[in-house]
Amino acid sequence: MTPQDIRRPENIVAAKPRLLNDNTMHYCPGCSHGVVHKLVAEVIEEMGAGHIAIGVAPVGCAVMAYNYLDIDWIEAAHGRAPAIATAVKRLNPSRLVFTYQGDGDLAAIGTAETIHAANRGENIAIIFINNGIYGMTGGQMAPTTLEGMVTATTPYGRRVELNGYPLNITDLATRLEGTCYVTRQSVHTAAAVRKTRKAIRQAFENSMNGLGTSIVEIVSTCSSGWKMTPVEANKWMEENMFEKYPLGELKNTVKK
Amino acid sequence: MEQEVTLMKGNEAIAHAAVRYGVDGYFGYPITPQSEILETLEELMPWDTTGMVVLQAESEVAAINMVYGGAATGKACMTSSSSPGISLKQEGISYIAAGELPALIVNCMRGGPGLGTIQPSQADYFQATKGGGHGDYHLIVLAPASVQEMADFVGLGFDLAFKYRTPVMMLADGIVGQMMEKVVLPPFRPRLTDEEIAEQRPWAVTGRPATRRPNIMTTLELDPCLMEKHNLHLQETYDLIKANEVRYEEYYTDDCDYLIVAFGCVARICLKAVEEARAQGIKVGLLRPVTLWPFPAEAVGRLSSRVKGMLVAELNTGQMIEDVLLSLDERIPVHHFGRLGGIVMDPDEVLVALKEKFSL
Repeated sequence: MTPQDIRRPENIVAAKPRLLNDNTMHYCPGCSHGVVHKLVAEVIEEMGAGHIAIGVAPVGCAVMAYNYLDIDWIEAAHGRAPAIATAVKRLNPSRLVFTYQGDGDLAAIGTAETIHAANRGENIAIIFINNGIYGMTGGQMAPTTLEGMVTATTPYGRRVELNGYPLNITDLATRLEGTCYVTRQSVHTAAAVRKTRKAIRQAFENSMNGLGTSIVEIVSTCSSGWKMTPVEANKWMEENMFEKYPLGELKNTVKK
Repeated sequence: MEQEVTLMKGNEAIAHAAVRYGVDGYFGYPITPQSEILETLEELMPWDTTGMVVLQAESEVAAINMVYGGAATGKACMTSSSSPGISLKQEGISYIAAGELPALIVNCMRGGPGLGTIQPSQADYFQATKGGGHGDYHLIVLAPASVQEMADFVGLGFDLAFKYRTPVMMLADGIVGQMMEKVVLPPFRPRLTDEEIAEQRPWAVTGRPATRRPNIMTTLELDPCLMEKHNLHLQETYDLIKANEVRYEEYYTDDCDYLIVAFGCVARICLKAVEEARAQGIKVGLLRPVTLWPFPAEAVGRLSSRVKGMLVAELNTGQMIEDVLLSLDERIPVHHFGRLGGIVMDPDEVLVALKEKFSL
């Protein structure tokens, strides 16, 4: 088999999705955002939904997600993406509406919007990147920061008596009647990437089928914020983050 | 054709006018004295008739961001609140202004600061006309003085909002919101279809057809040179609005020696005081700014060279008086008369204040 044969369209198993453009990403080496962006682009393309997709970007590292995916976007104020997505979907019910948010955006400043959009059962999908830290502003404590974890604002480690407990907001969301699908995934291995892609597809289909709110949490690394190499970060995530945030399907009310 | 006259509250008139104008979305949160707007809309169930979306949000913050999202998709969206709730909306209003999105925000003012009172006030004049949120921006600010104007300014507000792609605030107060008057409601107009929106509002975030580049609604620009350009562009819009959209009313100004400047419900109270003064032989006129921003500076300037003094009457400690002072062509005495914290002045005390301040 020649290299030309290998590159024939029928032999390609993974390629850059058309909706992912050529802009250089601002994400750090080892960051999970790039992989998740690609998965979102792939799923939208698979569904043939590029012309009806409306993304709502957060404040945080993914603030400029609109620079990388060639679909229509709205950039939200910090934490407000679910409120914005609520109005976008209700006013444009034929559209595929999703938010893409980090842990600070979704689980701290935007807690009210997240919980209430999910509780109303808005027909939106929420892609939730949980890396336990504020990446964009330089590595401060997030609501999901683990106990003992060193950040710029917990230089001696997170202490629950000072900072409270890590917030497992996805578990909380499973208790809301408006959510139809809540899952926690990661993108640290090829197998995990495939599972996450499936989860995103399920979430997007749920919202198009009007089944309620779907939340896909993706436990992620932040090598810069954690001050680790990408390989160390993946290992640290597996050893520490997965204990507090175990992977798997947390809720699925959709009949197969 | 005979027009149908109905009797209703100012807040109810806003709700009816919104449905009839063809508003696409209303997002609100209860707060006195404006809750009848949301209540009336829920009673009218416009989703069954015009297809209008009405939603009680979890907070004022969520409501204004729903307006931002809906407006970004090219839909006519509005919210309403009262003073403390409007403070919460300021971040969102700044984003809407920065994003050049059309929207209507109703502030049915109550006494402040803080949680304040639930009675009428005009103490949010500074907040409404000078920006309110962060950054260099303006809202077109309309000040209704009657239930009829509460109805009419919904349509006017949206027309201006879409003409200039800017948020418009209707700065009402607890009196015009709560009082009942006769009103002729505007006729029903159909909402724009999605095709019409895509054609008339090419900037709208509607989902990207293969024929165009992505539409991105963002207010972030990390390059300061581009951000300065965007600011200058916003200022050009504001200059156009200042040149074209100043609205005011004059009463008895042809021969007046003294001028009262007042807006909203206070203008109506002051008109009574003007008539009483004239009955006593004192020639007083009234200038009522209808747009608080843009402020009728030329009218104030012109009248300042004809009168001996001005009295600015407001339900606050002296806010619009600053714009009056900035607008003078002649340095004449200008005094303020205000009642505060939810107390409404009566015509007699306006006349007494006028006589005292100018030793008449």
